[in-house]
Amino acid sequence: MLTVSNLKKNFGPIQAVKDVSFTVEKGEVLGFLGPNGAGKSTTMRMITGFIPPTAGTATICGHDILTEPVAAKACIGYLPENAPSYHTMTVTDFLTFIGKVRGYTGQELKDQVESVIKKSRLETVRNQTIETLSKGYRQRTCFAQAILHDPPVLIMDEPTDGLDPNQKFVVREMIKEMAADKAIIVSTHILEEVDAVCTRVIVIADGEVVANATPAELRAQDPQGRLDVVFRNLTMTEGVSHV
Amino acid sequence: MCNVKNIKSIFEREFKSYFDSPVAYVFLVAFLVLIGFLTFGVAMFYERRQANLMPFFFWHPWVYLLLVPAATMGLWAEERRTGTIELLLTLPVTLAETLVAKFLAAWAFIGIALALTFPIVLTTAWLGNPDMGAIFCGYLGSLLLSGACVAIGVFASALSRSQVIGFVIALAICLFMLIIGFDPVINAVAGWGVPAGLVDAVASCSLMRHFDAMRRGVIDFHDIGYYVSVILFMLAAAHVVTDNRKAS
Repeated sequence: MLTVSNLKKNFGPIQAVKDVSFTVEKGEVLGFLGPNGAGKSTTMRMITGFIPPTAGTATICGHDILTEPVAAKACIGYLPENAPSYHTMTVTDFLTFIGKVRGYTGQELKDQVESVIKKSRLETVRNQTIETLSKGYRQRTCFAQAILHDPPVLIMDEPTDGLDPNQKFVVREMIKEMAADKAIIVSTHILEEVDAVCTRVIVIADGEVVANATPAELRAQDPQGRLDVVFRNLTMTEGVSHV
Repeated sequence: MCNVKNIKSIFEREFKSYFDSPVAYVFLVAFLVLIGFLTFGVAMFYERRQANLMPFFFWHPWVYLLLVPAATMGLWAEERRTGTIELLLTLPVTLAETLVAKFLAAWAFIGIALALTFPIVLTTAWLGNPDMGAIFCGYLGSLLLSGACVAIGVFASALSRSQVIGFVIALAICLFMLIIGFDPVINAVAGWGVPAGLVDAVASCSLMRHFDAMRRGVIDFHDIGYYVSVILFMLAAAHVVTDNRKAS
């Protein structure tokens, strides 16, 4: 479904992403792990076509993001970091706008918006403007726009960041509900997330993939089976001074 | 290359967003009060006792100079500040479609402000017997002039995440494009011994020179072509800037 091949990104002299390659198949939930600044968001922005890579490319459902950007973007649902949305619009208006741009019209547009409001549990706030909503609802509104067109590939950048435990639980439940028929990438630096939703994990540090394994395999690298120790060993090669 | 349906969807959202806050109404009132004051208070519209809109159109470039950057400064800057630019540009639309939609939305908003000046046409028609062809021509010129200013504003807004910077840059570019064709400035420069041919060549690139003919009631395809070129050039420049600076 999604193939990432040799993605590189330089910002001036800084190499933010150095040669990242992986694939994600239907039914997989790939956890994208790494410390802050490791290049997670940059990689996701390149896959979704927001910023162009310095080298390499990503292929989504057979469409190259560089040569067929519109077709590739049509296959992706994307929840950017911090869940941006147009704050002066109501939830329904915002989702209707996204639906229109996604090519829906008439009754189909209405149905699609209704179904996504239900799926994202937004019924109670549907007529409120987004600026009046709590962070959890804003997150879910942005989540709703990402799944509105039932995309085969879903990419989420820290979908549970800043949410309270109940809200995190809801978001994870929604991800699990959709996991069966989609290829999903979830970036996070919260390790409990890995056990909660992921079927496979990629650990990225300093712009490079340092591990690509199932959560169980990753856990087996530490005698006590503690993920945080494994994570630290993988991403803190230069010792404590790095922190 | 451009999908009209995508442009329409984004245009609608952009256009409606002007009216989401009271700012739009404040803007429209400010526009009408300012243009009314300049026409009646400064240019002495009644005292001239002539049934034409010359003193009215005379002020349009200066009012646009001040107010168009205010209407366009948020177009990209706000998307950058709130992060929605990432949402917008990962939707299945091209950057060109987005740019055209934003440009048209801002232009339509200014067009509404311009259309709301219609009472002055009625007043003139009631008081005298004006040349309606010339008035139409003046309005067309004014609309094209505002379009050029809006395109400059779209470009300036794409440069920074700060609305204030977007405003100041748009104002600076518009001011420059106006004064190189403003008669007092031309006369002053010519007085310094600059060759007349050079002065004239520079002046013919100005937003002012092409509007001058139209507000007098002359439609020349050169003038229309000029404004269309400025709009296309500024939008192309905005395309380059936005493409290169998306993430910053």
